[in-house]
Parts: sequence; structure tokens; C-alpha cells
Amino acid sequence: MSKNINSMMLKRQSAEKRFRFYGQASLAIALIMLVVIISSMTYRSIPAFTNYGLNLNINLSNENISQDNINYRRLVRDNISLLDSGCDDRKCRKEFLRLFSSGAAYELRDTIENDPSLIGKDFSKFILFSDDADLFYKFGIDNSLPESERRLNDREITWLNGFKELGLVEKRFSTNLFTNGDSREPEIAGVLGAVIGSLLTILITLIISFPIGVLSAIYLESFAPKNKLTDFIEVNINNLAAVPSIVFGLLGLALFINFFGMPRSAPLVGGCVLSLMTLPVIIIATRASLQSVPPSIREAALAVGASEMQVVFQHLLPAALPGILTGTIIGLARAFGESAPLLLIGMVAFVVDIPGSFTDPATALPVQVYLWADSPERAFVAKTSAATLVLIFLLIIINLAAVILRKKYQLKW
Amino acid sequence: MVDGTENDIKPNGNYSSDNNLLIDCKNVDVFYGDKQALYNVSLGINEKEVTSLIGPSGCGKSTFLRCLNRMNDVIDSCSISGNIKINGEDIYNPHIDVVELRSRIGMVFQKPNPFPKSVFDNVAYGPRLHGKITDKDEMHHKVEASLVRAGLWDEIKDRLNEPGTSLSGGQQQRLCIARAIAVDPEIILMDEPCSALDPIATAKIEELIDELKTNYTIVIVTHSMQQAARVSQRTAFFHLGNLIEVGDTENIFRSPENEQTEAYVTGRYG
Ligand SMILES: Nc1ncnc2c1ncn2[C@@H]1O[C@H](COP(=O)(O)OP(=O)(O)OP(=O)(O)O)[C@@H](O)[C@H]1O
Ligand SMILES: [Mg+2]
Repeated sequence: MSKNINSMMLKRQSAEKRFRFYGQASLAIALIMLVVIISSMTYRSIPAFTNYGLNLNINLSNENISQDNINYRRLVRDNISLLDSGCDDRKCRKEFLRLFSSGAAYELRDTIENDPSLIGKDFSKFILFSDDADLFYKFGIDNSLPESERRLNDREITWLNGFKELGLVEKRFSTNLFTNGDSREPEIAGVLGAVIGSLLTILITLIISFPIGVLSAIYLESFAPKNKLTDFIEVNINNLAAVPSIVFGLLGLALFINFFGMPRSAPLVGGCVLSLMTLPVIIIATRASLQSVPPSIREAALAVGASEMQVVFQHLLPAALPGILTGTIIGLARAFGESAPLLLIGMVAFVVDIPGSFTDPATALPVQVYLWADSPERAFVAKTSAATLVLIFLLIIINLAAVILRKKYQLKW
Repeated sequence: MVDGTENDIKPNGNYSSDNNLLIDCKNVDVFYGDKQALYNVSLGINEKEVTSLIGPSGCGKSTFLRCLNRMNDVIDSCSISGNIKINGEDIYNPHIDVVELRSRIGMVFQKPNPFPKSVFDNVAYGPRLHGKITDKDEMHHKVEASLVRAGLWDEIKDRLNEPGTSLSGGQQQRLCIARAIAVDPEIILMDEPCSALDPIATAKIEELIDELKTNYTIVIVTHSMQQAARVSQRTAFFHLGNLIEVGDTENIFRSPENEQTEAYVTGRYG
């Protein structure tokens, strides 16, 4: 008898141990995957965070110019030519110029516009190398390839090595990555445009889907008559949550752009499309958290003489708020990482300017990742990883906000 | 038998005593969907008395109790027919405002269900809701008075800002009673208010019920024969949805008319 009990106890204990092990193992696998993804992303994005360049002397002292009539492109070109290239023909000079970023002229303009007193002085300005030169300093070059198949020919390599020997080359943190919009030139392309675009889009999504979602959920949960129509709506809301996101993109294209004539590529439309996607998630989450409020609270309030609406707004909503916020943020985070529907409504356009309003052309961060991943320039490989990291970082912030809000509004039962 | 008891204990019959009839139920049928939970119940409840409803589990006591403040309205499948009058007014009349009705009838539930708010706000909720009291000092007095009546004031007067849910079970139940009486109801309905409490807390609440009956009409559902005998003046016995017998508590427990009642009150019934 006691032997029997003993063996049963042993069995139960080992079953518990096994179960605990399975749980820990699954958790470990999930964690390892996460670490692998993030660390490989980080590793691959490292080159994107720095740029090589050199300090170029800009002579503005002997020229009789005012701020309005400076030709920055020529200014940069002329001053680069002062470097010792040993060129005597046009083609050679052109090649030499190609080693430097074409964005240098814009950066010089910004510097001078910020500090007009520089006009009439000689000063030195850090200008970036072009992406090929930059990659040469970062990774070297495979000399075994024939010259014609290399991105840099022998003469260019000699120049670059020469700069290095002269100690002109300097490695700096790439602020461009965080302060610029997209560009064809990898060394000046940045994620700011896409980040702003994403934030504007998600703001629209939040403004549209949160109130509509929460109010529909409240109505369905507390006021709607229980009939066939309500059931039908309920089933369809659940179906909507499972619809592939690209379908919402098609709908958005047909409805918002072609029918309502909203602007293409705009965060406004992107936000509308993403709210179609987020709405069912918010409705379902809100209903679930309203349902999870103990019915005794509702009865208590009704019995004291609260109306149905007072019960909802004074008791159910405050108690359900943590769940509602969590659901909303999960929905928004999903929308934030979404690219497919945005491709269809034109948010995949090449946008250099940082969007300043909801109707400016813009792109979103996931779409930017997609665009860069698709670019032929090798320097965009690291940029892609860097943009992904930024995306992950923003998602972590969003999820953190969810945790904090949940903690803050958690009621004590 | 005492004079007039024959009249008293007739099931479904009206009852006459010194006190006025306050709630008058006639031929009440209640259905949950297709399932009938109450069969033709006619029961009168007197003013400023404690009436207890007893009977085996599932016999429809809670259902009956919830008809009196129309709490069954919130259950979609529930339908009620018959006539329930309070003070001569048909409470199922479409013109009746349910919210106003419920503010006149307090209810205490089986499981203590304080709001996840402070003790003070729990009690102040009802008066605030009905806009009866807007002045801050007055509200303080009201809360204090209600808590004193519920026998809770001395224990928690320093903890008014703590969440109501942090009190012990018995304290929570008394808090719920305080919350119910804070709106000055005429009637208090109690559905097994002591079932989750220890004997000491139970004794306190019974004492409280005894005090409250000078001002309020109380209907209490209980599974404890002793409790029914201790606190109530009248007792109604339900069985399988039928009102079997109603009468003075003494009579019901000493000399019930009906065999089933006798079996139940003497504990021979399952
Ligand atoms: N919401 C409901 N939906 C359907 N049937 C219900 C519902 N509430 C109660 N019933 C049924 O009505 C009958 C009476 O239930 P009621 O709760 O009134 O019993 P009770 O006498 O209070 O029992 P207990 O002493 O166990 O609380 C039971 O058969 C029960 O199954
Ligand atoms: Mg019951």
C-alpha cells in the first residue's frame, strides 16, 4: 500500500520535473534565437555606424562672394582639386572626384548656412568619402579580381592608400544615419525620414483605431442586443483579425486613394490602412478584458443604482484598462512592423525629404528596410541591418510602454 | 398554535401582521430560457421585518430575491411574469426607472464584492452617484454613519484610504452592507451574506441585521436554519421553484404545516 503511494509520488514528482525542464528548454531556445538574431544584426550593422572621410581645407578668404551666390558643388570640387592627385587629364580628375561623397556639397552648405561668418575665411571641413572608398577603408579590397571587375581601379586604390599614408583619413561616427532621409548615396542615407514617417503613420492609426475599437467593443459587450446580426458582426470581426495584411493594402488603395482621392504615399493613408488592420485586434482585446472583469463588480454597481453606462465607464473600463492598453499596443506594434499594405499604397516611394505633415510623401521604417535590402550598393547591407536594429529598438520601446502602462493602471482586487 | 397562524402559513397566501405589507408578489413565474425556475410564487413581505428565504440549493431563492430589485434584467435569458408590487407600485411597469428602483433597494451578495477603490469611496459611491450629497463634510458624515451602522467604523476608521479589497472577508462583507445602506434604501436584500464568513463575523452581521430591521425591510437568503431562526421574523420555504410554506419563523421551525418543510428544517432533507 505505502509502496504504491510511494511509487505514485515518485512518478508525479518526475513528471513535474520533466515538465519544468521542457518549459525551461523552450524558453532557452526562444532566448537563444532572439540573442542570435539581435547579435547578428548588430554585428552586421556595425559598419553602418561609422564613415570615413577627410578634413578638406575650404578657401573662402580670397573669393569675393556672398552667401547667396555660392556654388557649393563647385566650391567642393575646386578645393578637392587642390589635393595632390597628380592628374593631368579630365577623366583622371573626374575619377579622383568620384572618391568623395556627392553629399559633401550639401553638408558644406549646411555648415555655412549655420555659421555665415565662415565666409571670407579659410577653414577645414570634414567631408565623407563615397561608399566605394568607404568600403575600401572598412573591408579592404580583393586584389585577386581583375581590375575591370573591381569597384575601384588601381589608380583609385593608389590615391586612397596615399590619403591613408598622409594621415588624412579619419573615421567618424555616422550621424547621417540618424539625421538624414533616404538617399541614393549610402554614406548619406539615414533612417530619420522613415522613422518620422512610421511615427506619423502609427499616430494616425492610434487616433483612428483606439477610440473606434474601444467604443465598438464596449457597445458589443454591454449594449448590443444579442441577436443574429450581433453574432454575424462578431464572427466577422474575428475573421478580419485573421485577414492577411496585404489585403488591407489593396482595400486601402481602392478605397482611400482611388475612391476618396487621398494622396498617395502619405502617412495619412498609411495610418488609415493600418487602422483597418489594428481595429479588430483592439476590439477583440478590449472585449476580452471587459469580459475578464469579475461580474460581481458589475452586479455590485447595478445594485447600488448605477446605470448601465455608469457601470461601463466607472467600473468596467478602469478595471479593463490595462488589458485594453496592452491589446492596443500589441496591435500598434504589429502595425508598426508592417510593410506589405504600405507597399500597395505607395509608401514605398523613394523619399529624400523628411516628412513634415500627414500628407507629405513618406516611407515607413519596415519599408525602408525592404528598400535598402533591395539596393545593389554593398554599403546598404550594413544600413539594412542598422535600420532593422532601429526598428527593433522602437518596438522594444513600444512594448516597454505597454508594460509600464499595465503596471500603472493595474487595479488591486 | 397561536391565533391567526392558520392564515399565516398558508402557502401563496397573503399574511397579515402588525406591520404593513411592503412587497406584494403575486403569481410570479420566472424562466431562464425554456427552463422554469419559479412556479407561481405569491409572497408578501412586511415592512421593517426580516424575512428569510430557505430551501435546498437550486430551489430558486436567489432568483426570487433578484426579482425584487430587477437584477434579473441583466440576464438575457431570464423572463418574468406575474406581478410584484412595492408600496403598491408595480415594479415591472415599463414606466418604472430601474436605476431609481435599485437605489431604493440595497443588495448584499453572497461573496463580498467591494469595488477596487478605497474604503471611503466604496461607501461614498452610492450617495455620490445619486447626487444626494455633494458637500464634502456631509459626505464624510454619511460614510462614517454608514460604517458605524455596519459595525465597521471602529475597526477601520484609520484605514479609510486603503483599498476595500484589502480588508478581511468579514470586513469586506460589512463594507458592502455599509455601501448598501449609504443610499438610504427602504429594503435590503441579502443573498447568503454570511456563507463566506467565520462564526464571529457571522455573529456580527446577524447582530447588525437585527439592528437594521428597525429602519429597513430585510429579505435574507440563508442556508443556515439557525441563522434564519435567529434573525428573521418570517420565513419562506422554497422547494424546486415552488413556495411551499411561509409563516412566522417560530411556527415554521416549531410546527410546520408541510411535511417537506418539516423534513428540511429538521435536517432530514438532503
Ligand atoms: N443565469 C441563469 N441561467 C440559467 N439558469 C439559471 C440561472 N441562474 C439560476 N438558474 C437556475 O435557476 C434555478 C434556481 O437557481 P437559484 O440561483 O435561484 O437557486 P438558489 O435557491 O439560490 O440556490 P443556492 O442555494 O444554491 O444559491 C436553478 O436550477 C439554476 O440552475
Ligand atoms: Mg443562491
